[in-house]
Order: sequence, then C-alpha cells, then structure tokens
Amino acid sequence: MRKFTRYILQKFSWYLLAFFLALFLNFLLPRLVPGDPISVLVSQMMSGAVTSEAQERVYQSFIQEFGLDKPFFVQFFTYVGNVFKGNLGTSFSLYPLSVNKIMADALPWTLFLQFPAIIVGWIVGNLLGAFAAYRKGNFDRILFPVALFINSVPYYCLAIILLYIFGVYLRWFPIGGGYSRTLLPSWSWPFIVDVLHHYFLPFISIVLVTIGGQAIGMREMAIYELNTDYVTYCKMLGMGDRKIQSYVFRNAMLPQITGLAISLGTMVGGSLITEIVFGYPGIGSTLFNGIRRLDYPLIQGSTLIIALTVLAANFIIDMVYGLVDPRIKAAQVEGS
Amino acid sequence: METLKLLFKSPKFIAGLGIFVFLFLTAFIYPAVVDKNPFEMVGLMYEAPSSRYILGTDNFGRDVFVELIHGMKTSLIIGLFAGVIATAIGVTIGLFAGYKGGTVDNILNSITNIFLVIPPFVILILITVSLRSRSLAVMGLVLGITSWPWTARAVRAQSMSLRGREHVDIARLNGASVVEIIIREIMPYILSYIFMAFVLQVASGILNEAGISMLGLGPSNVVSLGTMLSWALLFESVRSGAWWAFVPPAITIALITFSLYFMNTGMDEIFNPRLRS
Repeated sequence: MRKFTRYILQKFSWYLLAFFLALFLNFLLPRLVPGDPISVLVSQMMSGAVTSEAQERVYQSFIQEFGLDKPFFVQFFTYVGNVFKGNLGTSFSLYPLSVNKIMADALPWTLFLQFPAIIVGWIVGNLLGAFAAYRKGNFDRILFPVALFINSVPYYCLAIILLYIFGVYLRWFPIGGGYSRTLLPSWSWPFIVDVLHHYFLPFISIVLVTIGGQAIGMREMAIYELNTDYVTYCKMLGMGDRKIQSYVFRNAMLPQITGLAISLGTMVGGSLITEIVFGYPGIGSTLFNGIRRLDYPLIQGSTLIIALTVLAANFIIDMVYGLVDPRIKAAQVEGS
Repeated sequence: METLKLLFKSPKFIAGLGIFVFLFLTAFIYPAVVDKNPFEMVGLMYEAPSSRYILGTDNFGRDVFVELIHGMKTSLIIGLFAGVIATAIGVTIGLFAGYKGGTVDNILNSITNIFLVIPPFVILILITVSLRSRSLAVMGLVLGITSWPWTARAVRAQSMSLRGREHVDIARLNGASVVEIIIREIMPYILSYIFMAFVLQVASGILNEAGISMLGLGPSNVVSLGTMLSWALLFESVRSGAWWAFVPPAITIALITFSLYFMNTGMDEIFNPRLRS
C-alpha cells in the first residue's frame, strides 16, 4: 500500500505543476492584449450613461483589484493569492457581480450535463465496440462506418441538427435554456420534470458523439487483443467463449481508461459549445457571454474552472488506473 | 512504393481519399473559376433555397452556396496549416525524447504530459482572446501549437522501440550525429505512422477552428465553416427554421473529418497487419 501512496503523491505533484502552468497561462495571456484593456472596457461598458468620475472610480477599483500598478511578478502573486483565497474577481459586464457568484451558479449545470453524458457515452461506446469486434460480420460492417461518421460530426453540429429536428420542427422538446422561464427553481416535481425535458437534447447529443469515438477505440483494441497469443492459447485449452471474452475485455479496457483521460479535455471543450447551441445556463454559455463582451475576469474565471475540473477528473482517472492496472500493482509489490 | 500500392487496395483509404480530394478540388477550383464575393449581400435575410440561390441566403442576405465553398477553402487551409505545425512539433519532440532517453526524455516527456492534461481548448481560448486580429496564418499557428502533445507522445513510444535496433547501433558506431541518426535511421521507419498522425491533426485542426469560431474567436475578415455556423447561431437561424444556413456547413465539416478519419482507418489496417480483421 505504501507504494500506491507514492504513486498517488507522484501523480498529484504532476497535476499540481500542470495546475500552476494553467494558472500562469490564465494570468499571462489576457495581459498580452495590446493597449490598456481596462480603460477601453470601462469606457465601453459605461459609455454615455455615467459621469467620468464614476468611470474613473470603476477604473481605479479594477486597477487596484488586479494590482496593475505594481510590477509583473507582484501582480502574478497577487493573482495566485486571490485564486487560492477563492476570489476570482469582479465581472466587467455584470458589474458589480463577483465572478465567484456567476461560476457558482453556472458550474452545477455544466457538471450535471457533462458528467453523466460522458460516462454514459463512454460505457455504451465501449460495450458496442467490444461487441462489434467479437461479432464481426454484418454487425461490425454496419456499426463501424456509422460510429465513424457520428464521431466525425462535431458535438455542436450534432447539437444544432438535433435542436432543429426535435425542438423546432417536431416540437418535442423546448428550444433552449435549462428550464422554463415561467417556473421558479425549486425541488418540486413540475420543476424537475421541466429540467429533465430541457436536459434531454443536450444530453443525448453529447452521449451520441462520445459513443462514436469510444466504440471505435474499443473495437480496435479488442481486435488487437483477439489476435494475441494468449487468446489462441486459451482457445486451444478449450476455454469457453465467455471466459475468453472477459479476459479480452479487461485487457482492452486499460487503454480505454487512459484514452478517456487524454480525450477528456477535448470532450469538455466540445460539450461547452453544446451549451451555447442550447442556451444551457452552464460555464460554456457564461464563457461565450464573457467573450462577446470582452469580460476578461469572467473569461479567466471560466477557463480556470474548466482547467481545474478537467485536471481533477484526470487525477481521479489516474487513481482508478493505478488500482486496476496489474502492471502498476505488480510494480508496487516488487518494490515493497 | 510497395506500401503505396498496398494503400490503394484498401477500400476505406480510397473512399476517404476520394471524398477529401473532391472537396479539396471544389474548394480551390470553384473560387478560381467563378468570381463571386462571399461577402456580397445579394438577397434578403434567410431567403429559402431557390433556382437562383441553391442554398438560399444567410442572415446578411449573402449567398450561402458561395459562402460554403469559400468557407471550405478557409477551413481546409487552416486545418492543413495547423496539421503541419502540430505534426512538426510533435514529431520533433517525440523523436528526440524517444531516441535520447534519460534526462532529455524526462524533461520533454514531462512537458508533453503537462500539456496533455491541460485542456487544449482552454489554452486555445486564452491565446485567441488576447489576439486583436486573427489572420488565417495566425489561426493555423495557434491551433497547431495547442494540439501537438498527443502526436509527441505517440511518436516517442515508436522512437523508443526503434532505439535498440542493430542498424541504429551501426550508424552510431560509424560516428553519425544524433540528428543524422534520427533523420536517417529512425524517421523512415515511422513515416507511415507520422502521416497517419498528420491526417488526424488536420481533422482536429478543422474541428477546433469551427469550435473556437462558435465561441466568437474565429479568424477575422474571412468566411470559414466555423464562422458560418457561429453567425447562423447568433442570428437565430435554428429557431427561425432557416435550416439552409446551418445544415450545409455542419454537414461539410462532418464530411471533411469523416473522409480524413476513414483514410486514417484504411491506413491503420494496412500498416498494422494485426488489425486486419
């Protein structure tokens, strides 16, 4: 067990390093915008309606908040300090709302949409892929090109087309939002049903694309495993098909777990745009509004939360991998 | 030459290549022959497809068909450019890390791993947000430098497995330099692999261009498949039922990526004999 602790610690320090790099990029890149973004923004967002003293006040409060009058490194440490205190700053476009508040409202929606969708898509995709590899023949011949085509359709294209067919044309589902404007959020049955009604299309569009990608990967791995020596050996021993399949499935599964870790970032990126298509009130839509209004604190807050969530999810996948991969377990036993 | 002959026996590769070449030629020949400006407003907002405008008009009253062809050209250029850059960076880092091993490998591999776990989309957003003007070349460059890590990782594994081969040892004993060995003794053996990675990188470049454009951070002053989708969404074409504004770019993006994936699968089956089912 001590070795496993070491494995966890080692992984954890890598993720910490990645997090700091993400933090640094998050801090640095928006500061490279030519000119003085704050003065441009303050005058843009408050043009006409307010006095120049009010503008000056807001300007000064931003300067102070970001410590922009201080040297570069001091600014970075101020930023890191604020992030660790859990303070993501104040939104430009929704002033004086704090980015924390906006994120706290949006993040549950995003997690509620993406986490189940990616997991369901991953499980169904792997089962279908493994099945295609065993069955071969017609099942494989039909499933494979279909999966490949669905996988080539980007999340947002599928989302737009589903929205058009089932929302606009057939009117089976609402055409956007997380819930009806006429209802107040509460834990009541009508509201929950309404949320699920809005949930279905974005959910299914993410699930479908995920299934496509995972089925292809699993099919390839399973075919590869089916051609290995141990399978031939098991067959010669007269072992049952089911037993062999379970071995093959377990071995083909391992790369799929790593595959999930690698593609998670891409998946989350794609699903964020799905939110924009459906006007779903998550981080993706928040980010989109932030970009349209050049709201840098909001953009930075969103990208940071996304990066942090993906890093955390990857860390968990790595932990699971350490538990299930016999090679990592073997290394632990050998070392002790 | 032998492998090329083999490739042309794969129906998947041929089909993928066929679709891709067809789209590519259409995108480059049509604008050269028919001189129409994709930005010209020829009709009213969301005119339905007719004999005059095969695919109708968009929210600005522009001819969707002309836009589509020009958009396809832009997306292909950006995708190819991004693919070249990502593959070049990934292959260089992967080859060096895999061949050299030791400290060099540790450092390069750590960098790769860190960039693998930070979502590329986040870096892409942060870079494009801080750019005032985003030309075709800049877009391709940015897309390329955010998607190299998995190529580097895959090439490193391949390069590592070749390091101990005899012909590599002989070259080393003959006093060949590291760069010479990598280029002459290692790269030729994984060329097919590099080409497959390149094809996938082109596909991901095109997909990412569309994705980032949907966020409003696409290339400036040009029509691309992504900007078409982004306008269609922004001007409520979906909710007003103007399917001709978003279905053509969506299907074109899917078709381009599909053709590239199909080519890749075909090549995989040829180059990895174990995958021939």
